Amino acid sequence: MSAVVEVKDLSKNYRTVTAVDEVSFTVEENTIYGLLGRNGAGKTTLMQLLTGQEFASSGEIRVFGESPVENAGVLERTSFIKESQKYPDDFQPKHVFASAPWFFPEWDAEFAERLIADFRVPLKRRIKKLSRGQLSSIGVIVGLASRAPLTFFDEPYLGLDAVARQIFYDRLLEDYAEHPRTVILSTHLIDEVSNLLEHVLVIDEGRIIVDQAAEELRGSATTIVGTRAGVDSFVAGREVLHRDHIGGLASVTVGRLDPLERQEAAELGLELSPVSLQQLIVQKTNVPAKEFEVKS
Amino acid sequence: MNQPGVVVDESRPIFVQIAELIEIDIISGGLPEETQVPSTNEFAAFHRINPATAGKGVNLLVDEGILYKKRGIGMFVATGARDRLIGQRRQRFENDYVGPLVAEADKLGITRAQLAEMIRREEGSAE
Repeated sequence: MSAVVEVKDLSKNYRTVTAVDEVSFTVEENTIYGLLGRNGAGKTTLMQLLTGQEFASSGEIRVFGESPVENAGVLERTSFIKESQKYPDDFQPKHVFASAPWFFPEWDAEFAERLIADFRVPLKRRIKKLSRGQLSSIGVIVGLASRAPLTFFDEPYLGLDAVARQIFYDRLLEDYAEHPRTVILSTHLIDEVSNLLEHVLVIDEGRIIVDQAAEELRGSATTIVGTRAGVDSFVAGREVLHRDHIGGLASVTVGRLDPLERQEAAELGLELSPVSLQQLIVQKTNVPAKEFEVKS
Repeated sequence: MNQPGVVVDESRPIFVQIAELIEIDIISGGLPEETQVPSTNEFAAFHRINPATAGKGVNLLVDEGILYKKRGIGMFVATGARDRLIGQRRQRFENDYVGPLVAEADKLGITRAQLAEMIRREEGSAE
């Protein structure tokens, strides 16, 4: 596999904030990535840098081996669907879909038509009159039907209902299977997308804190629940990701446990539960351990 | 929060679970030997998972000789796959089921004789 995106020591400083802080990573070809993190973590800035919409303060970006800034050859192979896409005032959805082929050589008009029916987008209404969800549907349709070798979805589904989100996931998987490409999906709805992702990047305060295969992250943490004494003795000497106490009960999250350790925990009467990707990321990007009572 | 159509245990890799689902299908006769198994993309769409993950699960069984590839056509269940899988499961049966059963019986003060009697009664109801 070859790298589609290569980023080295990339930083973006605004007057008082460092939005992206010396990050380095690569994005492999034909892979679905999740770019996850809290609000203001730097996700959108990072995507703007990769699509040449912002200038880097320092560091290096290579997209398809070249700098993306003012580079038509790179940008026509890139599709960036953002939450707050603006359209000309008098535009109707049909104008958006009619002009998309000018920007995207791989545009599939038939696929777009199917998606328009799936999402029930009114073609001849002024865009200003559309609901938030309908507006998001337009972005999702453009992102999918453009079939760009590198497609970014930045929180693509503000206002989309559960049915429409499911349609988006299903169509993305189907079309990706037939037309493999690199997709970078940034979202807060981690549980909904976790099974679609092959690789996960987590950004927090401008730094990449997780850059790992989704399958490796799965099962990389376990929560142990039981009496405080029992849990504390079991986790002694381990790195604790998260800890909660209430009364005599404790709930502690640690790294991966092997089968022998799981058996040992079961014999001690401790409950083990898996940690979902969403919980794992919440714990990794959250304030450290909170306690319901003063530690004795 | 699982989506419909997804059988996923958060604690284990999805590709391992996909491989296990195929194994169960082979053992139960749902996928007879020398029949074609669904494609990676069909597995991905059905379980709503990444196709690369589904492919990894299928390849796990190819490596074990349970499935084989007919070039240009797809994946097929190997002859003898069912017997091999049942053999593997029998080996694990004692560890996975009998061990915990006896441990729980001991905890509750059920003697081995009583346990044997219970199993015999189950047998009766099954026949």
